[in-house]
Amino acid sequence: MTIDAFLLSRIQFAFTISFHIVFPAFTIGLSAYIATLLGLWLKTENPKYHVLARFWTKIFAVSFAMGVVSGIVLSYQFGTNWSRFSVAVGNVLGPLIGYEVLTAFFLEASFLGVMLFGWKRVPAWLHFLSAVIVAGGTALSGFWILSANSWMQFPAGHEVRDGIAYPLDWMQIIFNPTFPLRYMHMMTAAYLTTAFVVLATGARHLLAGHRTESARTMVRMAILMIAITAPAQAVIGHRHGEDTAKYQPAKLAAIEAHWDSSKPAPLVLFAWPDEEKGVNRFEIAIPGLASLVTHGSMDALFPSLNDFAVADRPPVKIPFFGFRIMVGIGFFMIAFGWLGAYLWWKGRVFEERRWLFVAQYTWPLGFMAILAGWFVTEVGRQPWIATGVLRSKDAISPITTAQVAISLALFVCVYCVVFSAGILLINRLIDKGPDAITTQDPPEQPSQRPLKAAQAPASDLFGDGHPGDDKIQPAT
Amino acid sequence: MEWYLPVIWAGLIGTAVILYVVLDGFDLGIAILFPTTKDEGERDQMMNSVAPFWDGNETWLVLGGGGLWVAFPTAYAIIMPAFYLPVTLMLLALIFRGVAFEFRWVAKPRHAVWDLAFWLGSTLAAFSQGLILGGLIQGITVVDRQFAGGPFDWLTPFTLMCGLGVVLGYALLGATWLVYKTEGPVAERARTQAKSLLLGLMFFAAVVSLWTPFEHERIAARWFTLRNLAFLWPFPLLTAFCGFMVWKRLHGRHEFTPFAFTIAIFVLCFLGLAISNFPYLVPPSLTIWDVAAAPSSQIFVALGVIFLLPMILFYTAFVYWTFRGKVKADSGYH
Repeated sequence: MTIDAFLLSRIQFAFTISFHIVFPAFTIGLSAYIATLLGLWLKTENPKYHVLARFWTKIFAVSFAMGVVSGIVLSYQFGTNWSRFSVAVGNVLGPLIGYEVLTAFFLEASFLGVMLFGWKRVPAWLHFLSAVIVAGGTALSGFWILSANSWMQFPAGHEVRDGIAYPLDWMQIIFNPTFPLRYMHMMTAAYLTTAFVVLATGARHLLAGHRTESARTMVRMAILMIAITAPAQAVIGHRHGEDTAKYQPAKLAAIEAHWDSSKPAPLVLFAWPDEEKGVNRFEIAIPGLASLVTHGSMDALFPSLNDFAVADRPPVKIPFFGFRIMVGIGFFMIAFGWLGAYLWWKGRVFEERRWLFVAQYTWPLGFMAILAGWFVTEVGRQPWIATGVLRSKDAISPITTAQVAISLALFVCVYCVVFSAGILLINRLIDKGPDAITTQDPPEQPSQRPLKAAQAPASDLFGDGHPGDDKIQPAT
Repeated sequence: MEWYLPVIWAGLIGTAVILYVVLDGFDLGIAILFPTTKDEGERDQMMNSVAPFWDGNETWLVLGGGGLWVAFPTAYAIIMPAFYLPVTLMLLALIFRGVAFEFRWVAKPRHAVWDLAFWLGSTLAAFSQGLILGGLIQGITVVDRQFAGGPFDWLTPFTLMCGLGVVLGYALLGATWLVYKTEGPVAERARTQAKSLLLGLMFFAAVVSLWTPFEHERIAARWFTLRNLAFLWPFPLLTAFCGFMVWKRLHGRHEFTPFAFTIAIFVLCFLGLAISNFPYLVPPSLTIWDVAAAPSSQIFVALGVIFLLPMILFYTAFVYWTFRGKVKADSGYH
């Protein structure tokens, strides 16, 4: 492997997109959570939802800014580093990105202003609507970018002339075969990831002795979300895997470290794939299970890595280990969420300090799973940048190695400084907690709702019915 | 190929670019002026005057870049590698500027470093945009529809001058925005600053207007043939008139009109550059027709633009209307 503009550009793209994806994943989930809180506040008039909405909006603002600035970098890198990709697939992918900007980016960015700064400027219903629009905008943005990515995984609705893809059928391009489940998988991942951040935040405050109603509400809402979406994600992920089996057999073979297509594939729990010799070392495997999971029968045969020419094979280790990390985290999430639901049902969730102790450290789990999953899918697509249309090595811009070395060094330095600062600042906001933040900054609403609400907490979907819990206790 | 599609798209991208330049221009401009006060309250007031808008404003840059890829993929694939380093510098600078909006408030009272990031990020972003603009005017070496120049082709006295010109121009937009949106000492200082910035900008505009036809024959031919001159003479004259009006209205203690006339200067300069270079998108060799995307791709997005652009403009206007009025010294949005 030589150090050239191609290798450095790949590292730069992987580095910048890995940093980036963390923030949209979080803000897709968090904007939906904030919209839910504001909706609950409008409906129940319970001030705790307002307190929580204000708290998470501050964190949202910081995260969203980091997502925006790191996202622009990516859209320009298609041109700066991957110009031949831009030309070869521009007729097809350009419009999808164009629609992302037109339908989603402007929507998010404009109503973000109202959501962040409109508390005193617009009526409560309009503020709620702005939050809903921002949440919808983030989901729409995900729609287009996942559509574009899925097209790169398995192109459809186009023809290639002289190495350039031309569109034939836009519906087939947008709703290409691997898109629907990939999109559902990513959106669910975003909501699940955010639920774990909310859970960890609530648990942290409960353990620190701030036994406020807002902390309890966070834990309850997060448990509900996790208990439903974590198992749903397992089902969606499985169906998505079936798509991979059908449309990207080489990727599936790499994920399963499957070398011999003459026999049913075992489910490899652990191994060290040896790509030189084409075997697994130190393998621990359950016979036939991978065939069963991916093709519905213990005896099913499916293509192995050896059925693909070496030049057409993806690297094996990253998809193989990345997949196991993702799935391992997924199973932990299901178990932990259901345990939490059980404790809640038994009325012990706020007393069970061991569960809360673990819960406060679960916030990175979703991010780790998302990164692992994206490494599986992107490395698993190699050696293609757009499968069958263009190889990654043919996509590079006519730029010098030194240029990319400089930009990569700058990106690494800047991202490490800026995003560590951002994460520290988010941590500081979380430490202060919802009650401290919002009592410094008393809610002044255009409607008279809070006054009425403060006197008599009305119906409450996520409380346990003790009116006294609703008192705002400043966390110190 | 339908000859008019690339023309429509050139118009659309031109619109996105000019909207970006004007809208993010004043965001970047107020940040360029940040070091002219040390007072924290005044800096809060300056930042608050653009805080609800900056993200929407920056999105026009994404539309400009994205639109270029949609409609003219070959131009995108030549221009971006040609300006690899200035584009990278701009993106990094915009990172510092963008996060500073949020970090500065959360980091208080230890926010000095984010004040610096806000100023330096904005100034460098403006400067690198000027470098790219200058580099585009002076032309890109293209062989076989690919960029074939060196990594520092964009670095010339002309482009450095364009960089400075854009910094000054954005600062003028920022100053006149502050005259319009703030009051008290911030507005007063901005009014004084705007006058010197105006003189600086007019000087740079004049130098570019004389330098480019002198250097590039195609631009001289465009402006100084008798037939064209008959149509084009209003452009420099109108620009000079707008400059005069900015000065007069600043002096006459108007609040909105100095900003409006500054915008007019930017639009006129942009049109002037467009006239100089049309129909070349990658001067001096490739026209908008040479680099256009497949017609069906251009049509597919153009159909969406017809509906979506008015919507975007409508809700952008709604956001500006929501946050209308003066930003006072004591009450921010935060």
